Amino acid sequence: MKLLVCISKAPDTTSRIAFTDGDKRFDESGVQFIVNPYDEWYALVRAIELVEAHGGSVTTITVGDTTCDPIIRKALAIGASDAVRIDANPTDSSQVARLIANYANDKSYDIIFAGKESIDNNSSAVPAMIAECMDLPYVAFATSIDVDGDVSTLNCESTGGTNNVTVHGAFVLSATKGMAEQKIPNMRGIMSARTKPLTVVEDSGVTAPTEVSKFTLPPAKGDCVMVDADNAADLVRLLREEAKII
Amino acid sequence: MSVLVYIQTQDGTATKAGLEVASFAKNMNVGDVTALVSGTLSGDGGLGSVGVSKVLHFSEAVTDNAQLSKLTQAAAKNAAASTIVFSGNNDGNAIAPRVAIALNVGYVSGVTCLPEGKTFTRNVFSGKATAAVNVLSDVRVISITPNSFGIKPDAVDASVETFSADIGAQRVVINGFTPTSNDGSVPLPEAERVVSAGRGLKGPENWGIVEDLARALGATTACSRPVGDMGWRPHHEHVGQTGLTIRPDLYIACGISGAIQHLAGVNQSKVIVVINTDPEAPFFKAADYGIVGDVFEVLPKLTEAIKAL
Ligand SMILES: Cc1cc2nc3c(=O)[nH]c(=O)nc-3n(C[C@H](O)[C@H](O)[C@H](O)COP(=O)(O)OP(=O)(O)OC[C@H]3O[C@@H](n4cnc5c(N)ncnc54)[C@H](O)[C@@H]3O)c2cc1C
Repeated sequence: MKLLVCISKAPDTTSRIAFTDGDKRFDESGVQFIVNPYDEWYALVRAIELVEAHGGSVTTITVGDTTCDPIIRKALAIGASDAVRIDANPTDSSQVARLIANYANDKSYDIIFAGKESIDNNSSAVPAMIAECMDLPYVAFATSIDVDGDVSTLNCESTGGTNNVTVHGAFVLSATKGMAEQKIPNMRGIMSARTKPLTVVEDSGVTAPTEVSKFTLPPAKGDCVMVDADNAADLVRLLREEAKII
Repeated sequence: MSVLVYIQTQDGTATKAGLEVASFAKNMNVGDVTALVSGTLSGDGGLGSVGVSKVLHFSEAVTDNAQLSKLTQAAAKNAAASTIVFSGNNDGNAIAPRVAIALNVGYVSGVTCLPEGKTFTRNVFSGKATAAVNVLSDVRVISITPNSFGIKPDAVDASVETFSADIGAQRVVINGFTPTSNDGSVPLPEAERVVSAGRGLKGPENWGIVEDLARALGATTACSRPVGDMGWRPHHEHVGQTGLTIRPDLYIACGISGAIQHLAGVNQSKVIVVINTDPEAPFFKAADYGIVGDVFEVLPKLTEAIKAL
């Protein structure tokens, strides 16, 4: 089995969110980066489990500059076989997808994994876009996968329920909760990650059809109106008369 | 110029998410709204009521997102659409990016309000910020965050046209579908009212009071991550940074501390009510209304007061 897992760096979930360059760019100063949780906990860990069971290799692929190297080493420590980094600074999901597809096109991966979304951009777009670029089937929001030869069977979250689906041959999936349990790298993993191959690939040059003109932080919330616990009915009155919500 | 909307139906009628997408498209005010529907359709599927003037009906029910991408591209060509709108639910999010790549145009997902010209606003950093995104291509594909715009009635006469297109072969085959809720409540991402509970409920056997309140309000239930992880509640109820992001009109948090990762998924709710025994719980800082109290006493009282309305 030859698996490719897309991983991106994301700000730690407790990071302070701030912007620079006239509010056009995320301010990375002082921010701790992690592997995007959906990519790590669900996509990467399940891919490693499949290779442990069936044999083969798990390659991770990341689009970004050298600041991504620590999270790539983390993925290798968890158990990926090798890593590829496309040396580019994308500003749009389609750029990321096209760069990955350009790289993967002639490499005959059996399955391309990604997380269901990144926790910074939240677009949920890259895996579907890779699938379209490569004319592959796409199974979105997968919560489980079993592989038997050329046939993969998955559960995936659709609107209002779960679909059980089958797909033959190569495809792209996005992984969400349920796919696997978080895996903490052990000492041996961390040591071996240092010597596993990380190939840096040149930017194949694709342009972005969108651009962020401005990031904005949400307005501060007003004070919370406190209601006495003995007078819970008063809350219901406020929700109706003041908030006009029920 | 026209706008094409991809509409999901249930039993031949547009879903709530579908009507919202059509409303959004109509209110963009950039031309006629054409709807694309695949599968069973009765009449105009209710789409004329929200301003759709033409429905393109592909009679076969299509589920494979690669085929739906091809179908949407053909419909966009037929309607000469400059904007193609999807609901930002799981199904829409699987098709829309494919269409944008195939047409080689810009894609903006999770749009939360009407655009200003070619600039769309979307949430980023799991709801901790918004981004204004310019689309540089002449045509654009967008998906809109469920329940962010609402349904705005605007009745017109909708014509229904049978539509056919070459959509290629189906490669992802559905063997079966299990609905997440069998009680008929609205799916969480589309719910206008949500009652959510956390570890403060102590154990799964105590969820009766949460469900009672939800039922009285016509709300959908949700939970914090540890509650999903411990199996007290099904995974699909988990909201937050690593779960669902929702924006209901009313979010009632019961026995949830309000950790930053939880807030990320719910802080765009229009009104937040927090019930917690700890007056220092961080959630109160994000709340509109709060009760410092024990959920086991407060929830039944609230349920009663709502029933008495
Ligand atoms: C990378 C990462 C991602 C995460 N993603 C998410 C996510 O998506 N969603 C999420 O929810 N969490 C997420 N978390 C976990 C998050 O940090 C919190 O641990 C979690 O939200 C806490 O859940 P809780 O509020 O139910 O439990 P607790 O923090 O244990 O809070 C329980 C609350 O109940 C109150 N309480 C106790 N008894 C009562 C009573 N009788 N009546 C009223 N109140 C009572 C307590 O005062 C307390 O405030 C994530 C964490 C990490 C590190």
